[in-house]
Order: sequence, then C-alpha cells, then structure tokens
Amino acid sequence: MSRQIVTEADLHAYVDGVLPLGRAAEVEAYLAERPEEAARLAAYREQKAALRREFDPVLDEPPPSRLRVPRPAWLRPLARYAAMVAWFALGGVIGWQLNAYTSEQRAEATSWPRQAAIAHVVYSPEVRHPVEVGADQEKHLVTWLSKRLGTPLKVPHLGELGYTLVGGRLLPGDRGPVAQFMYQDAKGQRLTLYVRVNRDDSRETAFRFAEESRVGVFYWIDRKLGYALSGEVDRSELLRIATAVYRQLNP
Amino acid sequence: MSDLAGSIEQHIPRLRRYARALTGDRAAADDLVQDTLERALSRFHLWRRGSDLRAWLFTIMHNIFVNQARSRMRYPHEPFDEPAAAALQYREPDWSEWRDIGVALAKLPVEQRTVVLLVGLEQFTYEEAARVLDVPIGTIMSRLSRARERLRALLGGDFRSAALKVVK
Repeated sequence: MSRQIVTEADLHAYVDGVLPLGRAAEVEAYLAERPEEAARLAAYREQKAALRREFDPVLDEPPPSRLRVPRPAWLRPLARYAAMVAWFALGGVIGWQLNAYTSEQRAEATSWPRQAAIAHVVYSPEVRHPVEVGADQEKHLVTWLSKRLGTPLKVPHLGELGYTLVGGRLLPGDRGPVAQFMYQDAKGQRLTLYVRVNRDDSRETAFRFAEESRVGVFYWIDRKLGYALSGEVDRSELLRIATAVYRQLNP
Repeated sequence: MSDLAGSIEQHIPRLRRYARALTGDRAAADDLVQDTLERALSRFHLWRRGSDLRAWLFTIMHNIFVNQARSRMRYPHEPFDEPAAAALQYREPDWSEWRDIGVALAKLPVEQRTVVLLVGLEQFTYEEAARVLDVPIGTIMSRLSRARERLRALLGGDFRSAALKVVK
C-alpha cells in the first residue's frame, strides 16, 4: 500500500513526532508491512524514553551554589520586577525621558551598570582566581589594563576605608575591553570597581545608585570613563566608598 | 536587558540535564554549565533579542564542550564522580549489569552523542540542532541515524533493567 518512498529521515521524524499527519499515516502503513523496521523504531522510541528516565531527575536537583551565576535572588520574578523598577526609577530624569530614546539607547542606558553587577557576582566569590593580576603586581596591572582600554587608568587605594586591593582583571564589555579592580576588607567582604571607556561623553555625570538584590552599584561617568562600584554592603557605606574613589580619581 | 539574567536562569536545569548526559559526570557537567553561564553573561550583548535564547545557550555550551574535548581527547574529563567513573572504567563484555543508557551514550562518538541528546532529550527540532551544532541538516539526520543504531546495538533488545539501576 505504501507507494510513497519512506526515507530513513522520515522514520526518525516519525519517532520524534514531527511528521505531518498525512505523512505519518504513510509511514505507519509502511511499518505495518515491515515488522523488523517497526521493531527498530520501537527501540529508538525506547531509547528516548530511557534518556528521559535517566536524565530528567537532573532537572529537579537543586543547582550547586557555584551555579548561582547569576544569583538566584535576581531570578525570582518579583525581585526581577523590583530591580527593573529600581533601574528606571533611579534613572531619575533619564527614566522620564526613556520614551524619547531609541530602544538601543534605552538598553545602553541600563546595561553597563548591570554588567558591572553581574561581573561582581561572577568574580567576587572566587576563592582561587578572583583576579588575573594580583595587587603584588599593581604597576603591571595598571599598565596592562590602561593599554587594553586605550586610556590611562588609575587604581584607587581604599586602605583608609579598610579595603585593600586584591588585583584586577580584563573583561569583555559591549564596547570593548573593560577593567575590573577588586578590593577586600579584613572580613573578606569584597568590592569591585568596574571601569569602562565611555565613548559618548556628553551625557550626564551624576552619581547613580542601583541595586540588584543585595548587590548595590554606584555608578558615574567621569569624562572618558564610566565607573561602577559594586558590593554587597549597605548603601551608605557604598556611597562613602564611591565618594572616596571619585575623590581619588579627581584630586 | 533587565530580565536577561532571569531568562538565562530558567534554562539552567535543562543545561544541567544536557551537560550531565553529555559528560556522564556530575562535576564535569556542572563545570560545563558554569563555563557556559559565565560566557553567556559576558557576551549577552551578542545575543540577538528575540532570537531563541535556549538555542543560543546550547550553542555556547556545545562550543565550550567541543573545545574542551579537543584539548583533552578523553571522556569524561576526570573521574570526579565515582559511580560514573566506575561505570566508564568498566571494560569487560559482561553487559548484564551495565546495560544502561548512560554507559551506552559514553560509547558514542561526541558528534553522535550531541545529536541524539539534543533531539531525543532536549526536544530540539532538526533545524534547531543543525544551528546549535553548526552543521547542515543532512548531517544531523545521518548522525542521528548512526547514533540510534549504535545505541540499539549497545543496548541490545532489552535494556529495561536500566530502570532498576540503583540510584544513590
């Protein structure tokens, strides 16, 4: 009865349930006459079932803490919504004007501090490799990152505030290389300073604050560079440190 | 942008499932997921809004896995997971106790394993699998065919005992 040519691809599509109904009927007619082929396809179907039995339980395993990248607290819809509201609300004037922006600009207006927060979350829990170049090679670190960002960088010293430099690393940003400096206090609390080149320097230079769950970010634009200081410390403490960073960079 | 982290997070369970099946090793799989997440987060500006995020993440994972496999040429990477390692070190032809899908998968060449998992476990369409693996759809079909036939040979006619395998 099966005048249509049934190909190997048709048989797999039949197993995977992606054949159009009419074609599936033709394949069934074809199989009805060929019990060996029908048995082979039954084995394939059983393979799929076995894969699901074997590996579906992984879906229900709680991910290990190291896969909390990004942090789970961000991921709860409510927290996400709150974070989104915070981004827009704290964007102040920009927030009111967002509708006038193109969507690209809008993404741009919110994305880089968020990238800074993500980079903080990714690297600050690192025990063995928090930085690429340690503070013991600070001169090299600054030279290297300045060269890669194409502009001279300065690394602030926060010893008076109890934070020592751990080191830094190079990160990819949406406009090219980004630098991240990491600091740590005596208790191991870490802060990161994310520095990127700002190409359209005409826009605002205000100090802004955003928070993603427990990670607070103070960010500002200073001439050619955008800075974002991230940490899981309270806002007033973070502001104090951000102010110190700003002053050191603008003596 | 604001919901991107959340969107990525939704895919973590499936990334873990695929990675576990691909590597056969819990720790190696989670390493792979971690590498994938880090790369995705650092490159999310390259993700085209509106395109299929799941396919994009799996593509990243596939590329990382292939590069790592190339540099190690060994499967799995290291015997982190004792039961999996014991199974993989098993070389005797007595299949009666080891006839399970995980062990059979480990015997497939990587290019066949990825196809059979993307299609059979992750429910990717053939077109999506072709994009993730960056090969023509004809290649997907021939790999799928070879993989399923190989698994059938490895598993024999009756592998339902796999369901009785002691878990933990």
